[in-house]
Amino acid sequence: MARELREIEEFSVTPPDAEELAAIWRRMVRIREFETRVSHIAENKEAEGYLHTYAGQEAVACGVIPLLRADDWITSTYRNHGHAIARDVPLEAIAGELFGKETGVCGGKGGSMHVADQDRGMIGAMGIVAAGLPIAAGAAFASSYMGDDKVAVSFFGDGAVHQGAWHEALEFAALFSCPVIFVCENNLYAESTAVDYHLLAGTVSAMAGPYRIPAVEVDGMDVLAVREATVRALRHARSGAGPVLIEAMTYRYGGQFEGDSQTYKPPAEVAYWKSRDPLPAFKKRAVEMGLGSDELLAIEKASREEVAQAFDHASAANWPSLDAVTTDVYTK
Amino acid sequence: MRELTIKAAINEALYQEMELDDRVVLFGEDIGGGAGRDEDYPEAADAWGGPFGVTHGLQTKFGRRRVVDTALGETGFIGASIGAAIAGLRPVAEIMYVDFLGTSFDQLLNQAAKLRYVYGGKSSVPMVIRTVAGAGFRAAAEHSQTLYSIFTHIPGLKVVAPSNAYDAKGLLIEAIRDPDPVVFIEHKRLYMRKTHVPEESYTIPFGEAAIVREGTDVTIIGVQKMVHTALDAADALEEFGVSAEVIDPRTYSPLDTGRILASVAKTGRLVVVDESHPRCSLATDISALAAEHAFDSLLAPVKMVTGAHSPVPFSPPLEDHYLPSTARIVEAVLSTVNHKGRTSNTVVTA
Repeated sequence: MARELREIEEFSVTPPDAEELAAIWRRMVRIREFETRVSHIAENKEAEGYLHTYAGQEAVACGVIPLLRADDWITSTYRNHGHAIARDVPLEAIAGELFGKETGVCGGKGGSMHVADQDRGMIGAMGIVAAGLPIAAGAAFASSYMGDDKVAVSFFGDGAVHQGAWHEALEFAALFSCPVIFVCENNLYAESTAVDYHLLAGTVSAMAGPYRIPAVEVDGMDVLAVREATVRALRHARSGAGPVLIEAMTYRYGGQFEGDSQTYKPPAEVAYWKSRDPLPAFKKRAVEMGLGSDELLAIEKASREEVAQAFDHASAANWPSLDAVTTDVYTK
Repeated sequence: MRELTIKAAINEALYQEMELDDRVVLFGEDIGGGAGRDEDYPEAADAWGGPFGVTHGLQTKFGRRRVVDTALGETGFIGASIGAAIAGLRPVAEIMYVDFLGTSFDQLLNQAAKLRYVYGGKSSVPMVIRTVAGAGFRAAAEHSQTLYSIFTHIPGLKVVAPSNAYDAKGLLIEAIRDPDPVVFIEHKRLYMRKTHVPEESYTIPFGEAAIVREGTDVTIIGVQKMVHTALDAADALEEFGVSAEVIDPRTYSPLDTGRILASVAKTGRLVVVDESHPRCSLATDISALAAEHAFDSLLAPVKMVTGAHSPVPFSPPLEDHYLPSTARIVEAVLSTVNHKGRTSNTVVTA
């Protein structure tokens, strides 16, 4: 006998006030500025290691993460800079981590693929596709077990649905009604492979139904739409109604990694998605909703300076002490 | 003196820790058993307690929310145990057979073991994976492995393998209270073995090997069930006038290198007995330890007595031949005693 699927309640969501609009813009611009700088650094070979940028997907992080409570849980992926910035991890701690400096948010031991601040409820930014989903489900289980109404949010890409971990996490969360929101950033590519080839169900949201998990598709280039879906999903999960899945349709402006030639992307597709760039789209809406263009410009200018300062700070920072190789392997 | 089987000692350790600490929750497949049938057929409740009955009765006592029957997806509940541990619980997950850890290995290898280190030491992952290992049960290639060395190889994990009921209780309570992920390996052919087990709760620290028999001529390291095979060999060796010291490391990560090396320094000979495959095993690890740090004490080459470099075969005579035997240990010990080395002149024949 199939379980009942509890739909997400549709209710009207209060639009953001001027202060919230400004905060959204600040985060979006910070991410875009930060990732532009990362691409520049990669081109000039000023940093070592793998770099995965978030540009193009800003509306997802900025539509979801600011709505979370400080004590909620997040799991991210190797494409995590945007999540960390939206969670207000200090920019110099993110930049420091990219360079492997002692000022990095993980003391330099994680690097770009593992930028997560556990002091801000970011359990991890997993380098393995779909690895974060069962962990988020478990954190959510703990929350409902302890009755503290925390919610866990797990970000993943469209390629994650091919992993057993994805299915097992949805099943676990549904079986035990865990308050977890699975957020798919469907950016049309799993590495270089298009969803048209790999996503047999057509959408990720269609794959939640068999687990009796309600799912919603949302325009992932529209931060206000993402915000609205998140408000509803959060109420669903926090009220004890079980897990939810949000599929945000978005686009990865960069490659799978910095240095990816991206020859697989048709120019017309790139042009289409750039015409739907989440930043100018939101800016226009924010002005319509009453935010002054002077204020928007001031935020842009300040964000540019903050990012520049963060990278200067990271460049000047010390390497970790060599003893750090063997510290924190164990707690005891 | 009260005697308990290893199986009962593990059950008692779980029971006592769950009574003491609400954060302790159990996840696993059929660890209660009969889920989904017990509402209309109450006899189905708590039907199994796992395939060996180790957790039997705990679900009746503590309820389904604390003794959680999961679906048959190890990645799901091992990952969830990690998340629950970070979020403040003390999960004890049961992997029905150690062989099944392959299905969830990413969560163990890349997440549980690394979540503290990679993110700069801000969190701990206080979880235990209880699992069942061992050959000699006619359970064939995918239900008979030991895999000790695979877990021991991974920094961030602790690896525990008790050989008697007293150790099983004390080490499991220690594991549940430990802040790091612990792989707790139970040997299916030792479950019914009895020893004295105190009723009160107690812990045994990790990294302390037990000298289970003192001797002067040779050090035999037994790996879990092989402790008992080594003790049988030590008895047999008395007939040859050879005095064997038998050591049970009890935990493989951390490993009590000090006690092992001190014993080798005393006896001058080392035989390591491990039912696992020989390559990159605890046997090679402990042999290398002696080669590097006890070379000047060694009177003979170190000998390893291990399973074969083959999967565990089903056919009973083949499986028995696969496993180290008392006779093979005796033979290995005598070869070290008879070694025409730098100082030894003794000759003893079997």
